[in-house]
Amino acid sequence: MTEKRLTKKELTSMFLRSNFLLGSFNFERVQSLGFCYVIIPALKKIYPEGEERNQALTRHLEWFNTQPWLTAPIFGVTAAMEEEKANGKDIDGSAIQAMKIGLMGPLAGVGDPIFWGTARPVLAALGGSLALTGSIVGPLLFFILINAIRLSVKYFGLFYGYEKGMEIIKDMAGGRIKKLTEGASIVGLFVMGALISKWTSINIVLQATKMKNAAGKVQVQTVQNVLDSIMPGMLALGLTLFVAWLLKKGVNPLLIIIVIFIIGILGYAGGVLG
Amino acid sequence: MSVIQIVLLLIVAGITGIGSVVDEAQTHRPLVACTLVGFVLGDIQTGIILGGTLEMMALGWMNVGLAMAPDTAIASVISTILVINSHQGIGEGIAIAVPLAAAGQALTIFVRTITVFFIHKADDMAKKGNYKGIEHAHLLAMSLQALRVMIPTLIISLISATAVQDFLSSIPEVITRGLQIGGGIIVVVGYAMVINMMDVPYLKPFMYAGFLFAAFTNFNLVGFGALGLIAAMVYLQLKYNGQPQVAAPAGVVFDDDDLDA
Repeated sequence: MTEKRLTKKELTSMFLRSNFLLGSFNFERVQSLGFCYVIIPALKKIYPEGEERNQALTRHLEWFNTQPWLTAPIFGVTAAMEEEKANGKDIDGSAIQAMKIGLMGPLAGVGDPIFWGTARPVLAALGGSLALTGSIVGPLLFFILINAIRLSVKYFGLFYGYEKGMEIIKDMAGGRIKKLTEGASIVGLFVMGALISKWTSINIVLQATKMKNAAGKVQVQTVQNVLDSIMPGMLALGLTLFVAWLLKKGVNPLLIIIVIFIIGILGYAGGVLG
Repeated sequence: MSVIQIVLLLIVAGITGIGSVVDEAQTHRPLVACTLVGFVLGDIQTGIILGGTLEMMALGWMNVGLAMAPDTAIASVISTILVINSHQGIGEGIAIAVPLAAAGQALTIFVRTITVFFIHKADDMAKKGNYKGIEHAHLLAMSLQALRVMIPTLIISLISATAVQDFLSSIPEVITRGLQIGGGIIVVVGYAMVINMMDVPYLKPFMYAGFLFAAFTNFNLVGFGALGLIAAMVYLQLKYNGQPQVAAPAGVVFDDDDLDA
């Protein structure tokens, strides 16, 4: 029997398909059907028609869920393991399954803070603030940068996972993942703190003090002026922490959003907010 | 609206619908979706400004695990159509976008539930080795997500602009202005989502450090990103390289740092 090896063609096809991984996201097995869809080019190449291929297809329809961009190395390792198995190496199907489940958690732990917690909000705030002035640079900057990051992670992640194969587990075990997760969380939290202060606009226009200064001019201070002189952004911080607490208690974010809008309307009508 | 415009709008709607489920190219983010709709309708400027405004409200919205954020795809596409075609202000745009985000969320949850049916179909097909069928099941489920945005977009495109205009103009100023004020505040919900996701108590001081820096300096976002990165590097070095390196044998200098990049 000749060896059946994966080539760049199958791996590239997997990379292209992985752009639609979450297309069949569902509440029973989440990304399972998508995972199978992405790996089909590899399975088709290494398994001839028959029972082994059918089992492989079934294997990759199992429950799967992680940060979508960081599935790339998992796809690489899975392809490498399936290739070994197809070439007669003694790898149990359940070992492949276990590897997928084992990598899922740690990679989501890294991917969520890096991409959803830091890269996207930062680039979106950058692009959004430019867009407020009507500049096309805003949306372009966001779209190009986030996709440059995403595509390189997905492409190199896939090939890295394929070349390293099972060795990737060793990389993970060396405490590297923990370091990466901590590092990403620090950047994310730091920038989030900055965003809270700079990119939230709350303005309490209610009058706090009114007095005549030395020149005889009437000076009005709003509550916001007073608060800002103590610590700019403190209301935003307090509100953020309060909402975080509510979300943890299981309150629906949509409900919170609606309540904030009602406060906005009532506050404006009552002359408190402006 | 011309027929060509409606067709183009439906294409944009389909792309953002798929975008919001796959979460890859970020076409469902208001910044991109509103700009595209503005481009199709010949008023890209308004699209960009509305996109920026909505983006700043939805900064931290994300789907993590099984939790769904309000849907930005339907909200962005339809509110931009209404604002441009009915000559409304950004305040009206926000007023329409918010209930649409809620409706969009309900719709995507509905589609994600009926997709379970496709999984069971795929199970049967896998047993027979019908990989083509599995591919079709996946793509069909994905096209439902496209239709989820395309159908409401088509309905809105066919409603007469003047009727919509009358309706939108009847919204009192206190509502639109109040929603705009609320729009400046609700971004905290997104921040809270991000903070909860990175819920590591011993790292929380970094958030307060970021807050203080922003409160009392004039750094821009790039500056804050760089500062955060430096903080992370210093922290990791102090934490992990502080101990004397007992186990390092002489001569081993190679450290494959691929993942740290």
